[in-house]
Amino acid sequence: MGLDIVIAGVGGQGTVLASRIIAQAAMDVGLNVRTSETIGMAQREGTVTSHVRIGDPLYGAIIPDHGADVLLGFELAETVRWLYKLKQEGLAYVNTARIIPVSVASGRSVYNTDALDQHLRNNVKNLFAFDAMEIAAEAGSYRTTNTVLLGALSTMPGLPFSAQQLLDAAMNLIPAKVRDINQKAFELGRRAVEV
Amino acid sequence: MEQKMLLMGNEAIARGAVEAGLQVAAAYPGTPSSEVFSTLASFAKEYDYYAEWSVNEKVALEVAAGASYAGARAIVSMKQVGLNVAADPLMTLAYIGVKGGLVLVVADDPGPHSSQNEQDTRKFAQFAKLPVLDPATPQEAKDMTVYAFELSEKLGLPVILRPTTRTCHVCQDVTIGDIRPRNKTKFEQDPSWVIFPSLAYRRHKWLNEQQETARQIFNESPFNNLTVKNRTGIIASGVAYNYVMESLDILGIEATVLKIGTPCPVPDKPVLNLFEAVDRILIVEEQEPVVEDQVIAMAWKNKIPANISGKHDGLVPREGELNIDKVKVVLADFFEVEQPADSAVETPPLPERAPILCAGCPHRASFFAFKEAARKHDAVFTGDIGCYTLGVMPPLAAVDTCLCMGASVTIASGLSVVEKERKHIAFLGDSTFFHTGLAGLINAVYNNSNIVLVVLDNRTTAMTGHQPHPGLEKTATGVNEKYIDIAEVSRAVGVGYVKEVDPYDLDAARQAAAEVVDYKGPAVVVMKRECIAIVKSSKKCEVDDEKCIGCSKCLKTLGCPALTPAEDKVEIGSSCVGCTVCAQICPVDAIREVEKWD
Repeated sequence: MGLDIVIAGVGGQGTVLASRIIAQAAMDVGLNVRTSETIGMAQREGTVTSHVRIGDPLYGAIIPDHGADVLLGFELAETVRWLYKLKQEGLAYVNTARIIPVSVASGRSVYNTDALDQHLRNNVKNLFAFDAMEIAAEAGSYRTTNTVLLGALSTMPGLPFSAQQLLDAAMNLIPAKVRDINQKAFELGRRAVEV
Repeated sequence: MEQKMLLMGNEAIARGAVEAGLQVAAAYPGTPSSEVFSTLASFAKEYDYYAEWSVNEKVALEVAAGASYAGARAIVSMKQVGLNVAADPLMTLAYIGVKGGLVLVVADDPGPHSSQNEQDTRKFAQFAKLPVLDPATPQEAKDMTVYAFELSEKLGLPVILRPTTRTCHVCQDVTIGDIRPRNKTKFEQDPSWVIFPSLAYRRHKWLNEQQETARQIFNESPFNNLTVKNRTGIIASGVAYNYVMESLDILGIEATVLKIGTPCPVPDKPVLNLFEAVDRILIVEEQEPVVEDQVIAMAWKNKIPANISGKHDGLVPREGELNIDKVKVVLADFFEVEQPADSAVETPPLPERAPILCAGCPHRASFFAFKEAARKHDAVFTGDIGCYTLGVMPPLAAVDTCLCMGASVTIASGLSVVEKERKHIAFLGDSTFFHTGLAGLINAVYNNSNIVLVVLDNRTTAMTGHQPHPGLEKTATGVNEKYIDIAEVSRAVGVGYVKEVDPYDLDAARQAAAEVVDYKGPAVVVMKRECIAIVKSSKKCEVDDEKCIGCSKCLKTLGCPALTPAEDKVEIGSSCVGCTVCAQICPVDAIREVEKWD
């Protein structure tokens, strides 16, 4: 069996850590993994993706277009930008919060929220969309947005590890002093999907 | 039981070096190579080896070479363009040879993702006549690193390990091995360490013979693998092998595949076996046709009328990075199989999101101050390599040239000779200043160049992950008591105007900018303020809606990602670090500093 997950977001949102946590959780249950991350110049507020591949056989770390089983969208526009990575029957867990790029703030491009939102609803059959940033703030810090999305992912049927195993992997990789709020963020992320 | 760890390719290379009994490590950071050395630095005490961030790649290679002369196993890491800086020692080191295993990790960046070009290190290695290992996965990168040290000692040559971005920044469950005992070290004096014209000729002959020795060794290497299935062959090298195997899977076709992990020199035995086994061959490799050219030469040498496809007949792209989707198309073309067309859905217009300077980045303030003071005088802003290259992005648009490390100051010098009436202002970072900028500054003083050098001193090497440099109080592994002050150095080499300014103090920054525009002769302004990523801010700015008139001046001139439009006013987001630059330019004083709560 295999599971391909694409994480799309904006540099600084913690996509790299999220992909490491998923990979570690899969490794902990004895599965082979590959991840690929955007590191370097693009991390400075640019569009970033992480790829996580679990299973056997595994080749390259980059997931083919229209090949991802899951798209974890960390930001609305970035989810739409990378939607072509998702399989037609794939699942998307999407943070609907927006990060307005400077190009929009200074009037050089547009952020059409309604059109992007509509596009997602029209084109993703298995869509779970919620404001993960607001939930993260409720958990204690907007910086736990990535953990909220991991919590949401943990509800996915057929995931090769349990929600607890994913949370354990997260707790091992997250600094001790912010573990409590991340645990809460994870739980709230689960609930956001289950409701 | 075998132990497995989730390791990034670069971490796996570091682990391989430790397992090989590493004694000395030196590097200059550069994406995608940086984590090789930063990992080694963090384990230097535990495994008791020497590790240094060197001022540049030439220095790093020479330090590693010196250690190797004495018999130590040494590793040096850099990105592909870093090898250009290290070219001088490299070309002759190949003649002199090494004693302790010397491994050069040179990370290539096809795409490119974070580089100024797509040069192929394998071509460079061929020029220097050095063997290359090309890992496809982090596991292979680790195994090849251990092997590279042994190979280096066997051949008496430096060995190049050439991972690309998709090995460097890919994580995998990697099997960990044992750590071997160290080499004994002593430098034995001998005339053969002294390069001299007559010695160079003799060593050149030896070096050419070593090519064949290396080829024989690679004929038996586990990193090259021929799997015969049918009469159609594919040769794949490095990460391209992954894409080929997955494409065959997706397309549901079989082929005879030769995986090449040692592209320089390509082993002839498996290639000749492949010539016998198949009727035609597709060669898939990233960047230049390095394997392809050698395979064509082997066919010619052995008088085999082989049918070879690849880069030369335009089937495999030569520019950019390969990926599964591109290789799938190449294979579908080669095998003439139909591919189901993906149903394309029209995407609504997306906001442009290019990388930019962070919220509160001190470089933004520096560029802004110099733009205000100098652009009205038609000044030219020459740029350099680092985060501040992002100063080219609108609305700042404050970078007119960028070429390579340290070139800001020297390009400005060259321009100033031709454009005597115009002011040329060079911008480079603190780490780049020590890397190659200082030589350009001394040249400017020596030749009385009428330029300004603005050192964007953010107290770190930010772009590559916050490495230290000689201007800081720390080294790769400890304390640096003799840190070098950039302003003092500038004065010491004879710069007449030297000023240190806090870029967050816009008035002071504007004043310094205005002064240097009128100054004749080389001048240096050190814009000193820590990178926002290395200090924790307790402040942020806030807009007073009562006062804000919605003029958008802050939005349109600074391009700070913390500023966003809200209704007809401006809102400041949570990424704000309270640099107050927007507050200082607000015409109605509507922005104030407050305590941060998150």
